[in-house]
Amino acid sequence: MEKFIKLKTTIVPLPAQDIDTDQIIPARFLKATSREGFGENLFRDWRYDEQGDPKPDFVLNSTVFSGSVLIAGKNFGCGSSREHAAWALYDYGFRAVVSSYFADIFKGNALNNGLLPIQVSEDFLSQIFKEVEKDPTREVEIDLEAQTISIPTLDLSESFEINSYKKTCLMNGYDDIDFLISKKKQIEEFEKNYVGY
Amino acid sequence: MGKTLFEKAWNRHIVDTVEGGQEILYIDSHFIHEVTSPQAFDGIRKRGTGLFRKERIVATADHNVPTKDQHLPIRDLLSKFQVDTLIQNCEEFGIELYGLGHPYQGIVHVIGPELGITKPGMTIVCGDSHTSTHGAFGAIAFGIGTSQVEQVMATQCLLLQRPKTMRITIDGELGKGVYSKDIILHIISKLTTAGGTGYFVEYAGSAIRALSMEARMTICNMSIEMGARGGMIAPDEVTFEYIKGREFAPKGEEFEKAVEFWSTLYSDEDAKFDAEYDFNAEEIEPMITYGTNPGMGIGITGRVPKSSSIGGEASFKSSLEYMNLEPEEVLLGKKINHVFIGSCTNSRIEDLRIVAGFVKGKKKASHVQAMIVPGSKQVEEQAKKEGLHQILEDAGFELRSPGCSACLGMNDDKVPKGEYCVSTSNRNFEGRQGPGARTMLVSPLTAAAIAVEGKIVDVRNYLEEGVPA
Repeated sequence: MEKFIKLKTTIVPLPAQDIDTDQIIPARFLKATSREGFGENLFRDWRYDEQGDPKPDFVLNSTVFSGSVLIAGKNFGCGSSREHAAWALYDYGFRAVVSSYFADIFKGNALNNGLLPIQVSEDFLSQIFKEVEKDPTREVEIDLEAQTISIPTLDLSESFEINSYKKTCLMNGYDDIDFLISKKKQIEEFEKNYVGY
Repeated sequence: MGKTLFEKAWNRHIVDTVEGGQEILYIDSHFIHEVTSPQAFDGIRKRGTGLFRKERIVATADHNVPTKDQHLPIRDLLSKFQVDTLIQNCEEFGIELYGLGHPYQGIVHVIGPELGITKPGMTIVCGDSHTSTHGAFGAIAFGIGTSQVEQVMATQCLLLQRPKTMRITIDGELGKGVYSKDIILHIISKLTTAGGTGYFVEYAGSAIRALSMEARMTICNMSIEMGARGGMIAPDEVTFEYIKGREFAPKGEEFEKAVEFWSTLYSDEDAKFDAEYDFNAEEIEPMITYGTNPGMGIGITGRVPKSSSIGGEASFKSSLEYMNLEPEEVLLGKKINHVFIGSCTNSRIEDLRIVAGFVKGKKKASHVQAMIVPGSKQVEEQAKKEGLHQILEDAGFELRSPGCSACLGMNDDKVPKGEYCVSTSNRNFEGRQGPGARTMLVSPLTAAAIAVEGKIVDVRNYLEEGVPA
């Protein structure tokens, strides 16, 4: 997993709420057997029409907004547990998603793939949306060590929470599997005393 | 202080607590299917660790499989490749696979319980959010991502943050024509799709106790739709009776010992939950969703709301636009061309009996395309034995073979663009059943009535004596 320490980038705004993982990556694209190439189909049905032409109104087709941070309305990533949603966002080029609320399974999947989900207050979220609409060249700065997200040119800043273990993993590019594998002896000990029915 | 059912089950599986308060949780049973496993197997191959406990894995092919001509090679090449990949992986790693052609094949959350693999007090995971279904047995069952599938394959454990606990109590008696599907749609319409995020839910109350195991599974199945990690119901005699005698259930003395342990799995009187909600079953109507998330549901006699009750007016407006509905519109009487009865929510034998019981001697409306997909080969066989197939065919329903089918349209069973489909599945997101498809979620009985009448109706107006309540 790639390390995440600091990020400074322009922002892609997607104000819709309750964005479910079927929108992020429709089921028909889950037939792939590898982790690569999902970025092409990110938000597929919002992004392209039936003929495969880009819909001009959708933000990913905009000539004005770009960047590696997506900001979205609350309850981002609800619905299916498909990790492919996190892969699609990462493969497209996003390294962080900012919202006022994340669905649980999506949040875990994102963290397991070096994609940082940042939960901010409703107030802060609407402020970023406003500022980015006014000036699409606004940059956001994310500091994982300090757990802050800010728009320095506007003196706008907020702290965010993250589980300390997950933070360590992201900053060092560790994944959970390596950690669990290192615990195998302990797991075998547990099994010796465990009674299942 | 007393413990909740969740705590009692969770605590038995803790291997260790680590930095940040995460816990290493041992997983009793791991279900896999063709969509969320290939990358995990690749990961295991690359690491060279092999599978830690392959005997605890059960596989099936369900999401991609055609529901017609299952004996022929799959026509969609990508689907075929993905299913073949599962077959190869299971062969290479020595995993039990109930795939196409096997008498136990079916939707993963249907076959686990019917084979007696799902049991109270277990931890059960699968790369599928509706894994919560198994919670109906008092198991801690939840969906995981593919990376976590790899974790379980490599170590039979997961690294997790313990969720908060929520109890939802439903007391009272359900009215005639009202089912467990209506209960859960009602709950989600009140709590919203984010109302349960961060929580593990326990369903309790007299209305829950009165439900059969299959009805309980419908409720637990949709826990994820309110954002909850999972949902569980304390086991009781109904649970033990259901499990007894099933293929992989303990037998004889072992069964007695198991029942003794399972009987300890309940929330203590003085247990505290982080959140609690109460509902009155008598207030629940047959439900239908009008919008593009499972929380956007109303009683069948209700109207589409004027505006969103939880903010997000723009999203509410775009949802109604997608569904081509107006604020305050009455849904009764709306012409419907497609009906789908199936999915891990409602495709078990009791669901098929309910539909057959209603349509017996009747015919579906001529303009309706009505499809029924049983949840497993065993359900299909049972339905045939009971003569349900004949009843359904005579009524003009198209009977298919088991698979996830039109719930998410990964195979050919897609709903055409712009068409409404009344469906017994669990999600009505934009494009879920096919690009541009408009899904309305209902119970099997409501779906049966709509298929016959060809329009949205309140099934309670069509019930005669003798129809199972």
